[in-house]
Amino acid sequence: MTTSPHAPGSGPQYDNAVIRWIEYRLPVFSFADSFMGSGYPAPRNLSYWWNFGSLAGIALVLQIVTGVVLAMHYVAHADMAFDSVERIMRDVNFGWLLRYAHSNGASMFFIVVYIHVFRGLYYGSYKAPRELLWMLGVVILLLMMATAFMGYVLPWGQMSFWAATVITNLFSAIPLVGEGVVTWLWGGFAVGNPTLNRFYALHYLLPFVIVGVVGLHLAALHQHGSNNPLGIERKSAKDSLPFHPYYTIKDLFGLGVFMIVFALLVFYWPNLLGHPDNYIPANPMQTPPHIVPEWYFLPFYAILRAITFNIWFIPAKLIGVILMFGSIIVLFFLPWLDGSPVRSGRFRPIFKWFFWVLVLDCVMLGYLGAHPPEGVYVTLAQIGTAYYFFHFLILLPLLGKLERPRPLPSSISEPVLGRAPAASTSPAE
Amino acid sequence: MLRTMVVSTLILGGLCLVKAAPAGAQEEAVPLQRNWSFEGLFGTYDRSAAQRGLQVYREVCQNCHGLKYVAFRNLEALGFTEDEVSAIAAEYQITDGPNDEGEMYERPGRPSDRFPSPFPNDQAARLANGGALPPDLSLITKAREDGSNYVYSLLQGYEEPPPGEQGLEGLYYNAYFPNHWIAMPPPLSDGQVTFADGSSTSVEQMASDVATFLTWTAEPMLEARKQTGLKVLLFLVVLTGLFYASKRRIWASAH
Repeated sequence: MTTSPHAPGSGPQYDNAVIRWIEYRLPVFSFADSFMGSGYPAPRNLSYWWNFGSLAGIALVLQIVTGVVLAMHYVAHADMAFDSVERIMRDVNFGWLLRYAHSNGASMFFIVVYIHVFRGLYYGSYKAPRELLWMLGVVILLLMMATAFMGYVLPWGQMSFWAATVITNLFSAIPLVGEGVVTWLWGGFAVGNPTLNRFYALHYLLPFVIVGVVGLHLAALHQHGSNNPLGIERKSAKDSLPFHPYYTIKDLFGLGVFMIVFALLVFYWPNLLGHPDNYIPANPMQTPPHIVPEWYFLPFYAILRAITFNIWFIPAKLIGVILMFGSIIVLFFLPWLDGSPVRSGRFRPIFKWFFWVLVLDCVMLGYLGAHPPEGVYVTLAQIGTAYYFFHFLILLPLLGKLERPRPLPSSISEPVLGRAPAASTSPAE
Repeated sequence: MLRTMVVSTLILGGLCLVKAAPAGAQEEAVPLQRNWSFEGLFGTYDRSAAQRGLQVYREVCQNCHGLKYVAFRNLEALGFTEDEVSAIAAEYQITDGPNDEGEMYERPGRPSDRFPSPFPNDQAARLANGGALPPDLSLITKAREDGSNYVYSLLQGYEEPPPGEQGLEGLYYNAYFPNHWIAMPPPLSDGQVTFADGSSTSVEQMASDVATFLTWTAEPMLEARKQTGLKVLLFLVVLTGLFYASKRRIWASAH
């Protein structure tokens, strides 16, 4: 067989003549093999928490596929958007399925990504040499949030309209130019048809930007391979398994479970995560009694509204906005804030507990985001916000210095294969 | 003016939020709970209940409330024949046009038409209803929390206000309406309609029939959705089982 001068003799050999012909000209088969096939070695001890990366990728593809078909039927005009969605629900063949799959698909995407993020937090997946991998992930999260927010506006129901109004108004908190920026964002002096049109254009565009960043995320991932539950580097071939078939089948099983949960939502509780007000057409003259975002934004919404006091000359609203965006921005600096040389939370006796405090804190903030900022809710949201930033900005740097990590196993295969009586801490799931 | 209003509403109502909501107005009554035929994994619409609900809608509700997302042809899903649907449609006058003379004209409804709304626009609707806007009912059960039970409860919720509670002129006390004071006069009274199937014409019966009908108008694809869902889930459970078995087998060699 003739081989490419650039990769002489390397890569797998193929029996099939057609595959050989294509491979010689366009090396897609060897690429696939080295990307997620038998030519890509993965740590042998990855737990089910490592399923959520591939699930997130699949969720993204599902959103794009359902979204493109919905776009063929949707009308992006303030007078027609709501009716066009109802037409999709009633008259388009399987339109109800497309729309419910798309709206619940967004929720599934966020569930999966949040688990993916917290997995990274617990196992220290952001640490060297995976800082850029982590930061690209944070970029994806930001893009997802922008996309989801603009998508929620498109049905042009009451919550769509008022969520758009509240969130775009955040930019009015920018000193001096804020009002001008908001008018520019709206394309007018209130949320209206121009706003809907640009949100639609961007909602269609951004997912493809996400695809691009996901490409970079995967390129960075393949440079050093996955982190693993022990957080130690692979030392020998025994520490790895070929991605295919071991992790392809494991990911497929995870996909099956994901699809079952997804199907339960779509077919039996399609409006569980939605808000009834969004079945009322947008009305600029009538504010709903409670404006709440979709569930996946609730913790951020709680942070936004937690600040009820000015600090010196800085108005409360601006502080709320800064903290809300800051809660994501701080993640960019995480690789340098966490000074501990040990990646995995399994070997960090103190960090481990605070990790769960952070999880509970985020859940609590989510709960508070759904409630009016009154009385005890505000106080709790302030405590929750304070803890969130304390965790990243103070606790993690301190723990890096003060905490004494437990001894690390000498290799991945040792505890996994269960041959080492000593030093084995906990078997891989 | 409008812009300033919108902007100030949102800054007040949006960010510092919800303090704008009148204090004490938030004690919302939990609607009466009823077992509906359309609930559960195998739920379907009770055709006779929905047909009776349509009758109540046509004899009572439609004087003020529209049903603009529902076409007459959709009624076939409730068990009406094509001829019956045509007959129902023909009882309505639909504005069509313009014709060759450039004039709009009225013609009897056809199955492809949608239910005409009772008022030409919201302003006319408000004028005829003491300033209140009777909402279109197509989506009402999805536009309210626990919507089917809400409609069922609201229609039976008219009662004497508790002592000391005073509403504005022209408002009625309803136990299940947010704030309790509703502009809609009690729409149903016992024996108001005559059901061809001899069903009871109590307010409770009519309320549950209307709620069934309006749940169908809001979610007409519910039966197809649940039936599809069952097949999809069966398929997925088997597929996932196969994936799991394969995973076990493949990984057996790794341990």
